[in-house]
Amino acid sequence: MDNVLGIINLINERQHLKELTAHRNVASVPFGGRYRLIDFTMSNFINADVSKVAVFPKEKYLSVMDHLGSGKEWNLDRRSGGLFILPPIHPDETVTGDMKQFYDHLSFFERADAETVIISPGSHVCKIDFNEVLAYHKKHKADITVVYKDYVGELIEKPIYHTCSVDSDEDITDISFYTIPRPGDHVCLETFIISKTLLVKLIKSCVASGENDFLKDAVKANLHRFNVKGYNFTGDMPFIHSIESFHSSNMNFLNPSVIRSFFGDTWDVYTKIKHEAPTKYSGSSKVTNSLIANGCVIEGTVENSILFRGVKVKKGAIIRNSIIMQKGEIEEGAIVENIISDKEVKITSEKTVIGIKQPTVIKKAEII
Amino acid sequence: MGAKKWIAMLLAGGQGSRLGELTIGLAKPAVPFGGKYRIIDFPLSNCTHSGIDTVGVLTQYQPLILNDYVGNGKAWDLDLDVGGVSVLPPYQGKEGGEWYKGTANAVYQNIQYIDNYDPEHVLILSGDHIYKMDYSKMLDYHIEKNAEATIAVIQVPWQEASRFGIMNTNEADRVTQFDEKPKYPKSNLASMGVYLFNWKTLRKYLINDEKDVNSSNDFGSNIIPKMLEDRKKLFAYRFNDYWKDVGTVESLWQAHMDLLEETPNFQLDDQQWKIFARNANHPPQYISSEAEVSQSLINEGCMIHGNIDHSVLSYNVQVGYGSTIKDSVIMPNVTIGENVHIERSIIASNCVIEDGAVVGNSAVNSEITLIGENQTITNPNKKKITLN
Repeated sequence: MDNVLGIINLINERQHLKELTAHRNVASVPFGGRYRLIDFTMSNFINADVSKVAVFPKEKYLSVMDHLGSGKEWNLDRRSGGLFILPPIHPDETVTGDMKQFYDHLSFFERADAETVIISPGSHVCKIDFNEVLAYHKKHKADITVVYKDYVGELIEKPIYHTCSVDSDEDITDISFYTIPRPGDHVCLETFIISKTLLVKLIKSCVASGENDFLKDAVKANLHRFNVKGYNFTGDMPFIHSIESFHSSNMNFLNPSVIRSFFGDTWDVYTKIKHEAPTKYSGSSKVTNSLIANGCVIEGTVENSILFRGVKVKKGAIIRNSIIMQKGEIEEGAIVENIISDKEVKITSEKTVIGIKQPTVIKKAEII
Repeated sequence: MGAKKWIAMLLAGGQGSRLGELTIGLAKPAVPFGGKYRIIDFPLSNCTHSGIDTVGVLTQYQPLILNDYVGNGKAWDLDLDVGGVSVLPPYQGKEGGEWYKGTANAVYQNIQYIDNYDPEHVLILSGDHIYKMDYSKMLDYHIEKNAEATIAVIQVPWQEASRFGIMNTNEADRVTQFDEKPKYPKSNLASMGVYLFNWKTLRKYLINDEKDVNSSNDFGSNIIPKMLEDRKKLFAYRFNDYWKDVGTVESLWQAHMDLLEETPNFQLDDQQWKIFARNANHPPQYISSEAEVSQSLINEGCMIHGNIDHSVLSYNVQVGYGSTIKDSVIMPNVTIGENVHIERSIIASNCVIEDGAVVGNSAVNSEITLIGENQTITNPNKKKITLN
C-alpha cells in the first residue's frame, strides 16, 4: 500500500481483563494458543503492505516491546520505514489523551513519508482488509473513515464501548461514549483512516486548545465540518470485554472452521517465533477437542482446552475447559477446570483448581 | 575484512540417491526431519550454538529449495554483515568453471571465499546427519593436541563398521590409518564426516590434490590418506552422544522412531540447544473430539480427526475421521482423507491420501513404504460414481 503509516494506539486501553493486564498492555495479552492480541493488528497491516508501523503505548509496555522486538517476524526490520515504538516522552506527567502523546511525537508524523494514516487499537481479534477500507475511504472522498461493527453477544456489565450513529448515506452523525451496546448497535472499533495532513493539523489545534482526545475532540467535535464516513466491518471479531468473554472467544477457536477462517483461508497471522520442538504426546496422553501449540509435553488428559507453547501436562493430570498459557506446568494428578492460567504457572501434584460459575484467572508465575 | 578464528564449510551438494523418491526434487540436506526441521538445520544449529558465525553452504544437486531455505540465515542467527551464512554453488571464474568433482574439490573451488575471512581453522561438515554437537569442544581438543587435522569419530557396533570410514588410532588417539568401508575393520571408530583443519595446511593439500589427475578429490579417500602418508598430526575426537546417518529410507524412518521413545536418546526440545528452523509460523494444532493421539510428535498447523499412534507428523498435516496412522512419518502439507490406514510408511510432502486408501505393510520386519512428494494415493476399491 502506497504511503500509508500504520498507528497502533494503545493509549486508550481499558483494564477489563483485570489480572491479565496487571503487568502488560491489553495488546500483549496472550490469545489463541500462541499469539498475542497485537499480532492480529500487526498482521493486518503487513497484509495490506503497510511497511511503516508506529506503536504508541502509554504504560506497562515492557512486554509489548519484548514481543515486537525489531519487528523482524512481521518483516518490519527495514532500512526505510519499519517498526517504531513511541512511548510517552515525559514519564513524570500523566498522559492526558492520545492527541497529547501524538503531539509529543509530532516530528515523527511530520517527517513520516506518508499521505494516509490508519489508526487501530492493538486488541482486536479480526482479519480486516485495510486495502478495502482505504478504497472505501477514497471512493467516498472521506476526510475521516470510522470503522464500526454491529454488536453481537451477551449484555455487557460495564459501559465500555463507544457507539456511533450512522445515517443512510453512511455518514457518522453522532458518537456516544462509554455505552452498553445492545445487539445491532454500531460499536466504534476505534479504527480510523485520515490523511496525514489533516491529522497533523488536528493534533496541533486540539492540543493548543487543551483538547486531547482523538475520537472526542477531533472526530466528534468536527462531525458537522468534515465528511466522516462509517465503514461497517462485517467479518468475524469477538467482542472481548471481560474475563468471561476472553475465555469464550478463545474457546471459539476449538472449531476447525474458525481455525481455517482465521489462519488458513486468507493471510497468515504472524507472531514471535520461539523455535519450540513439535509437541510430544506420550502413550498415556488423552487429548480431545483442544488447540495445542508446539513445545508441549502431554502425558495426561486435556479436554476442550487451549495450551500455549511449552506447557507440560504430567501423567494423571486433568485439564478441562481451560486456557494454560506459555510454560505452564500441571503436575501429576492435578485437576484444572475452567481456569485461565497466565504464563509460567505451576499447579503442583494432586492439587485441584476449579473456576466455579466463571473462569478463574491464576496470576503469572504463581505456584499452587 | 576482519579475520575469523574459524569458519565452517557445510557440504550440502549430495544427492542422497539411497533415499529414493525423497530426493528427486531436493538435495538430501533439505529432506524434512522430525516433524519440523530439515536435515541441514542440525549442523546449522550446531554452528550457532558452538559460536561459529560464518558458514559456507556448498550446494550443487537440486539446489533451489536449499538455497531458498537457507536464505539470509536469519533463522539460525546467521544474518550478519561480516560472515553469516553464504550459499556457494559452483561458479564460473575467469579461467572457466566446473561442477564440484568431489568434497575436497568443492572446498578447493571456494578457497577465495575462505581466504576472505583469513581463518586459523576450517571446520568441514556434511549435511547428512542428525546430532547435537558442540564443535567448540572439538576445537579446544584440536588446539590442545596441537593437531593439523582432527576428525570426529563415533564408536559403531563392530558388525556395522564395514559400512563406515574407519579410523585406526594409537593409544593417544592419534590417527594412524584411514580405511574407507573396510571388509575386515581393525577398529570401530567411524568418521562422522566432521573434520577440523588448520587452514594453512588444508589449503596446501587442496591445491596439491587438485593437481593430481588420479585423485577423486575427496576428503575421506584423498586428503586424509595423503596427510597420513606425510605423517601429519591427525587426531580422532571421540563423540559419545547420539549421531545418526539418515542416508537410507530405513535409517531415516528409524531415526524418527527413536524420537518417540519414552526417554529418547535424542531430544528435540532441549531448551539449552534448540534446533532452529524456518517456516515456523503455523497456527496451533487442533486435536478434535474424535481423535486419539498417543506416543507421537505433532507439529503446529495440523488438524487431527483420526487415530495417531507412534508417529511423527510435520506441519499442516490434515487427518480425516476414522483414519489410522501407525509407526509412520508424515512430512509437511500432507492431506489424509477419511478411513485411511497408514502403517510403517514415510509420506513425503504435499501428498494426498484419499478416503479409504491403505498404505504400508504392517509385518514387523517388512520394508518401509515410501510415497514420494506430490503424489495422490487413491483407494483401489473405490467405486466410480457417474453423475447423470
